[in-house]
Amino acid sequence: MALIEFQDVVKKFNGVAVLDGVTFDVRKGEVLCVVGPSGTGKSVTLKHLVRLLTPTSGRVLVDGVDVATCSGRALNGIRSRIGYLFQGGALLAWMNVADNVALPLRECTNMDDAEIDRRVAAALESVELTDAAEKFPAEISGGMQKRAGLARAIVRPTNDVVLYDEPTSGLDPVTSVTINRLIKKLNRELGITSVVVTHDLQGAVAIADRILLLKGGKVVECSTPAEFLKSENRDVKEFLAAMKGEVS
Amino acid sequence: MRVVREPIWDDVPRTRVGNTFRHLTKFLASLGWAARILCESVACFPAVLCRRDSRHDLYQQLYVTGIRTLPVVTVVSLFTGMILALQVGLELRRFNQEIYLGAAVMISLIREMGPFSCGMCLAACVGSAIAAELGTMKVNDELAALEIMSISPIRYLAAPRILALVLMAPLLGFFCCVIGTMGGGIVGVTQLGVDFPQYISSAMSMAATKDLFVGLLKALVFGILIGTVSCAEGFGTDLGATGVGKSTQRSVIVSFLLILMFGYMITRVCYR
Repeated sequence: MALIEFQDVVKKFNGVAVLDGVTFDVRKGEVLCVVGPSGTGKSVTLKHLVRLLTPTSGRVLVDGVDVATCSGRALNGIRSRIGYLFQGGALLAWMNVADNVALPLRECTNMDDAEIDRRVAAALESVELTDAAEKFPAEISGGMQKRAGLARAIVRPTNDVVLYDEPTSGLDPVTSVTINRLIKKLNRELGITSVVVTHDLQGAVAIADRILLLKGGKVVECSTPAEFLKSENRDVKEFLAAMKGEVS
Repeated sequence: MRVVREPIWDDVPRTRVGNTFRHLTKFLASLGWAARILCESVACFPAVLCRRDSRHDLYQQLYVTGIRTLPVVTVVSLFTGMILALQVGLELRRFNQEIYLGAAVMISLIREMGPFSCGMCLAACVGSAIAAELGTMKVNDELAALEIMSISPIRYLAAPRILALVLMAPLLGFFCCVIGTMGGGIVGVTQLGVDFPQYISSAMSMAATKDLFVGLLKALVFGILIGTVSCAEGFGTDLGATGVGKSTQRSVIVSFLLILMFGYMITRVCYR
């Protein structure tokens, strides 16, 4: 069953369509990787899911609820289910890692301090960041910031969807593998539905149940990694060739 | 209320009239935006005072607003009082009326210069910092992250800052008057030959309670204006680091202008 649905979504900026009739769905418990050249609307797609952007036309549904037109209460309900990992982590600079992770629990739930501490510890452990709990964002590396952001994205008991905006960009290959492993682990162990916007095709192939290629604001291909790699679609071939060229 | 917003228009007007209309509408929209931030922040004041974590944020903002600005406020108000005393004292001396120096300095400070210099210091020190901080958070997606976590940036960030300014501005305004009067006294004693007890007695005899309340009212209004303008500018930041610089600059300029305008209007209403 589809948990997330994009139905013919068009998004224009300055009269230019960044998304041009995008239609796809994400099933519950699935990892969907969105790949494509820069400027094709990958991050824009993600932002529609939490109403950071609203479509010019078309509908974005999360569990059957239209995100763009739903009430504030319904939107809060949707957002309480969704964790969002920003490119830079988006941690609050004046709080240490543990407090950053605890923030949604302190502000949006009635949990007592002991329960919050327990959940924060568990979230930090799942992203292998227990040792950095007392450190401030400025004192940790980019990869650790992303892992802290990931811990914050999964800490709420209601979080069953995580949106990743280029989780491995700017990271070394080892850290990228660590992050990709975490995404897969969270999906496998917690059943978290994931939408991953990435440039890392190798990582996408490793973690995705399906890969979606966006080009010029349109969905070119949406298939399993094996099918994607063997696709006869010209745009997919071009994309794969460009990626291979980048590696060699 | 959403702080992370899309632009109202996503196209460029084709005619000059359309462009002018667009600018006018944008100006009105920004006024409405600032008013909404203020109203929602005021509605959040009880939550800020009641919640333990929010109270902690408020104490921090009170410290930043009230204590950290004290050195600047002290120097500015001291020299304001000294300049006032020197200018007024030299004129009074021509008429052998130096005994009224204290009254002249005190009234000027309480009615106008105390709240004014306090407002300028707060706009420059605190307002600019708020705009820069919130602007940086906006361009770093931290505000978006808060919104996605269903944490209202207005309640979490704007309300404690505006409330701290509301509470601290009158206190600092009063402090400015006291320090300014002292500065005037120093100049009176050292350069104009005025007896200090006489200076103080003259100052106390002429200052009316109404003057004090009008001065405190001005400082309060300036605090509200600075808080609202700086939060609105910070939340409205875009275009990366350049945008942060522009927002900070605009917050100081707009605050200065509003302080002057509202200062005049309050004087006009209270001393007709």
